[in-house]
Amino acid sequence: MAVNAKTLNETEFFYGHKACAGCGGSLAVRIALKVLGENAFAVLPAGCMSAVGFNFPQLCFGNNAIISTFAGTASMLTGVQAGLKAQGITDFHAVGFAGDGGTADIGLQALSGAIDRNDDILYICYDNEAYMNTGIQKSSLTPFGARTTTTPAGKNIHGNIRPKKNMFEIAAAHGIAYAATASVGYLNDFMRKVEKAKNIKGTKYIHILAPCPTGWGIKTDETVEAAKEVVDCGLWYLAEYENGSFVLNHKPKEFTSIKEYLRKQSRFRHLTDDDIEIIKKSRDAKWEFIYKNFN
Amino acid sequence: MKPYLREKIPAGFEDIPDTTSYEAGFLVTKNAGWRNVRPVVDTDKCVGCLNCYLYCPDGVIFKKDGKVAVDYDFCKGCGVCKKICKIGAIEMEAEK
Amino acid sequence: MAKKFLSGNEAFAYGVRLARPQVISAYPITPQTIVVEKLSEFVEDGSLKAEFIHVESEHSALSCAMGASSVGARAFTATSSQGLLYMAECLPYAAGGRFPIVMMNANRSTALPWNIYGDQRDSISQLDSGWIQAYAENAQEALDLALMSFYIAEHKKVSTPFMANLDGFVLTHTYEVVDVPTQEQADEFLPSLQTDNKMSLESPKNLAFSAGPDTNTIFKYKEHIGILNVSDAVAEAERRFEKIFGRSYTGLTESYKTEDADYILITLGSISGLVREVVDKLREQGRKAGLLRLRYLRPFPNKEIAEAVKRAKAIAVLEKDISFGNEGTVYTNVNSALQKAGLSIPASNYIGGLGGKNISGEEIESIFDELTDERSRVEFLGIGGEDSGSQR
Repeated sequence: MAVNAKTLNETEFFYGHKACAGCGGSLAVRIALKVLGENAFAVLPAGCMSAVGFNFPQLCFGNNAIISTFAGTASMLTGVQAGLKAQGITDFHAVGFAGDGGTADIGLQALSGAIDRNDDILYICYDNEAYMNTGIQKSSLTPFGARTTTTPAGKNIHGNIRPKKNMFEIAAAHGIAYAATASVGYLNDFMRKVEKAKNIKGTKYIHILAPCPTGWGIKTDETVEAAKEVVDCGLWYLAEYENGSFVLNHKPKEFTSIKEYLRKQSRFRHLTDDDIEIIKKSRDAKWEFIYKNFN
Repeated sequence: MKPYLREKIPAGFEDIPDTTSYEAGFLVTKNAGWRNVRPVVDTDKCVGCLNCYLYCPDGVIFKKDGKVAVDYDFCKGCGVCKKICKIGAIEMEAEK
Repeated sequence: MAKKFLSGNEAFAYGVRLARPQVISAYPITPQTIVVEKLSEFVEDGSLKAEFIHVESEHSALSCAMGASSVGARAFTATSSQGLLYMAECLPYAAGGRFPIVMMNANRSTALPWNIYGDQRDSISQLDSGWIQAYAENAQEALDLALMSFYIAEHKKVSTPFMANLDGFVLTHTYEVVDVPTQEQADEFLPSLQTDNKMSLESPKNLAFSAGPDTNTIFKYKEHIGILNVSDAVAEAERRFEKIFGRSYTGLTESYKTEDADYILITLGSISGLVREVVDKLREQGRKAGLLRLRYLRPFPNKEIAEAVKRAKAIAVLEKDISFGNEGTVYTNVNSALQKAGLSIPASNYIGGLGGKNISGEEIESIFDELTDERSRVEFLGIGGEDSGSQR
């Protein structure tokens, strides 16, 4: 039976945390843990989700959970998995939750190592597109044009000048057992992917876009909308990589307006029509690639 | 197990563990004070679709009698539930 | 027991196998490599049942070991020099988390300039990381230490990671006849790891959390007490060890002819063997020389040092380490021990063996010669040329 709101485990495992109101990252963690259940061993690096969930004596994970070093999500996950296995324990799910910086920047080496070894772990990247825990600095997953505190938007440079690193395809390029993209705007899709990953042996990587109202400059109630819209306008896509091939899960009949999506967020407010045209062209090129290479 | 509020807060030397290891889901503070608006569910309108329950970032909406209710101890008043509710069964009301 | 002709690295690997670690995560680096190769062979031939993780860096090696330890598995790793420094972030993390991981470190010089040979600047630079630090003198002690390190690290009152140091090449690559105990004996000595400091399905925990200003000092104080308890745990482990294996050790330090010595040289690691020979030679000449070998640097043997040197006229510390801009760190620590004990003995510092430079018996003799003027000095051995090596 498909996992949905009605069939989902009713227990909350990530509760009472101090994430900002409307936090997309906490929604991703919460839902993934509900799908994985009480036998999840969660590893979270220094970052937003550990900062809001592990302040002794306020400990907000109902399941086993541990903070790793910033760069060490994947390597600690490997250790947890190996340590349990060595003791003959098999009924568990080792899951990591790291942000975009912890995944695509400082933690990439360890993640690559884990995928290379095909360790039996699930790595979930909650991507809010900047270092939010330290106050909105550019990461390699910050999209083109976004204003962050280290890519200020001025007359000369209009925010971040580099495109978003393609973590999904980087993970896939390892020949990983399973990889997927997701969005907190499409939770049924995300739940299906976590459920699927739960039952696959080897390394699983799920990259979920998770808006941060504070960093994106949207209202706290707009998190889910923004996460839906980014998919609908084609700047993000829902896909999977399995058995060596890519599958597109959601084919928008017609893209909604990129301009409208961008204009709602203060991080993009400075963009000129020319900037938006660059973003549109890069989206179209991406989709051309997707239609050519994804099933 | 769902994390829950405890009565005793470990504070003194004896209460502090020897290692950085402690009982999972140990809560000592609420989040209610963060809120200036609160979601109120109109149970007459609510059809129990559970979208608000699914999309709540804090997991404070729970199933009740085929509909939903809110744990106001931990709701931060973000308003995601109101936006996601297609039939308009949730209103945000100012906290007094 | 079986006699084998083993290098220090191999002896340590045999000791690790006897300890039955459940997870081994390591990254190769000269001169540690043979340890991980040997353990890989043991896993391959089935004589060691462990998860062997081919990590992609030293940072991941220790991070992985912490993950294994966090679920109650016995974990081992090994490194050296640049590798130790690369995993430096994880060192206080493992200590603060009270994960009783054992790590072998092959002492090697640190860049720059690049150099693969032995000195102790790598481990000594990490003295404050919260790890137990022991230094073996020979291959037999390396093997025995490997086995004992798990007992001590995992001791209920300790629960602290253990760094066992072997001098690069001089010890790691030198072959000696070593007594290898049987697995039955080892199993009798070392019980399986029992700890509450772990995540488990029976009792879910949140680990490695934050602790703010209100409680942080208490956590750190308890960590400090844990490593101070090593002193008793070492004594307990060595009593037990002697009973089962018939070899005895002497705690945090080893004294050689210090009881009536006028002049005592304090040192650590493999150079101690040569110092012992020099002491014997000087004793034959009627000179009252002695050696105090520091087997552990953390916890620091303050009391043992004060007790051993209290009747001496002058002492010197010979170490393969320099804290740039000050002096040798072991010397700093020894002076603190003297001061706390109210001893005002002239104490000198000889810094030698950097980057694998040989320390000769003649040089050690001349240290004893210089001690007779009973004043304190800091000297570099092996500078040559016009500069005498005296610190100005």
